[in-house]
Amino acid sequence: MTATAPLSDSQPLDEQAGFDALVAADASIEPRDWMPEGYRKTLIRQIAQHAHSEIIGMQPEGNWLTRAPSLRRKAILLAKVQDEAGHGLYLYSAAETLGMGREEMLDLLHAGKQKYSSIFNYPTPTWADVAAIGWLVDGAAITNQVPLTRCSYGPYARAMVRICKEESFHQRQGFESLLALSNGTPEQHEMAQDAINRWWWPSLMMFGPPDDDSPNSAQSMAWGIKRFSNDELRQRFVDICVPQAEVLGLSLPDPDLKWNAERGHYDYGEIDWDEFYQVVKGNGPCNRLRVAVRRQAHEDGAWVREAAAAYAAKQEARKQEARKSA
Amino acid sequence: MTAGTPLWEVFVRPVRGTNHVHVGSLHAPDATLALQNARDLYTRRSEGVSIWVVPSAAIVASSPEEKDAFFAPAGDKPYRHPTFYTIPDGVEHL
Repeated sequence: MTATAPLSDSQPLDEQAGFDALVAADASIEPRDWMPEGYRKTLIRQIAQHAHSEIIGMQPEGNWLTRAPSLRRKAILLAKVQDEAGHGLYLYSAAETLGMGREEMLDLLHAGKQKYSSIFNYPTPTWADVAAIGWLVDGAAITNQVPLTRCSYGPYARAMVRICKEESFHQRQGFESLLALSNGTPEQHEMAQDAINRWWWPSLMMFGPPDDDSPNSAQSMAWGIKRFSNDELRQRFVDICVPQAEVLGLSLPDPDLKWNAERGHYDYGEIDWDEFYQVVKGNGPCNRLRVAVRRQAHEDGAWVREAAAAYAAKQEARKQEARKSA
Repeated sequence: MTAGTPLWEVFVRPVRGTNHVHVGSLHAPDATLALQNARDLYTRRSEGVSIWVVPSAAIVASSPEEKDAFFAPAGDKPYRHPTFYTIPDGVEHL
């Protein structure tokens, strides 16, 4: 067996070249490796944004936990919302390997200085919204996230593997719930259709601005953080959804949606990017509410964190005392 | 989170007969809570039969910068591998 030649052998003094070689070889960058400052910053911003999205994402669905229509649906929704908390924690843990503390990330979120996905600034007025979120929002998230399992930064890629496995349940439960509503009473069917009408366009916006208007994409691609462009992923999502909507017996609210045999894809209508930027800027229907609820939950939990820390300190002191007197 | 809540590394044994494998980290004020949080965070779908939590500060790691020198002693000893040895054709069970 031959010793595998370390990539940095040829350029032991050039850290940038070593990093570039690892990225070019599709090898993963690990926490203690040298990395360009821009790479670190981009990852911290992206992973923190992603983590914040998971925990803010608990709110729109958590809204229905006490009013789920059956014990079965309630147990499923509890498990899903708990998963979102777990996903946030995997991601905070990955971001911390880049040198940013968890308290700092939460402070930035609470101060509005780090963002979360705009999709969670839309309200959930009916039970069908929970189902629509599962099918469309989690579906779009999976489309975005599967390529991230091959992201060049090891801890992020590994967190994404766990997350993607769990998201699959989220999407399927949403589809099943929508199908039940669609095949239910006329009122239930209409409620499901109404939810789809409201969630379809914001879900397409989850892939981010069009490629022509996405200045950071090229650099993220070069670094192996991003594998496909926003528009490629959006197209993939549309192509997946159309036949699924047919099975659901629900329509997608886009008169321009039609199969294009030449391209081998569905064409779809113009996205309202003004709306997207308005929500990103903080003017969506629920922006203030989401951050206020998050901040309140953090403040309400302070006494628990303080009590646990005091208990740990007391136990530790007792242990030291016992050691001394032994 | 109270500032300075310790960070713990989590290792999970997926099934009997395998090693504990590092799965990620979490924050907890003490070992008991670290273990309970690890259960809730990393084994919600029966991914493990045993968990270790270790204070992150207790882990000593080799440095990537010294990687070449640190692992060099093994690099020039191909005779440590069975494939180094040439054995005549037809010899079995070797």
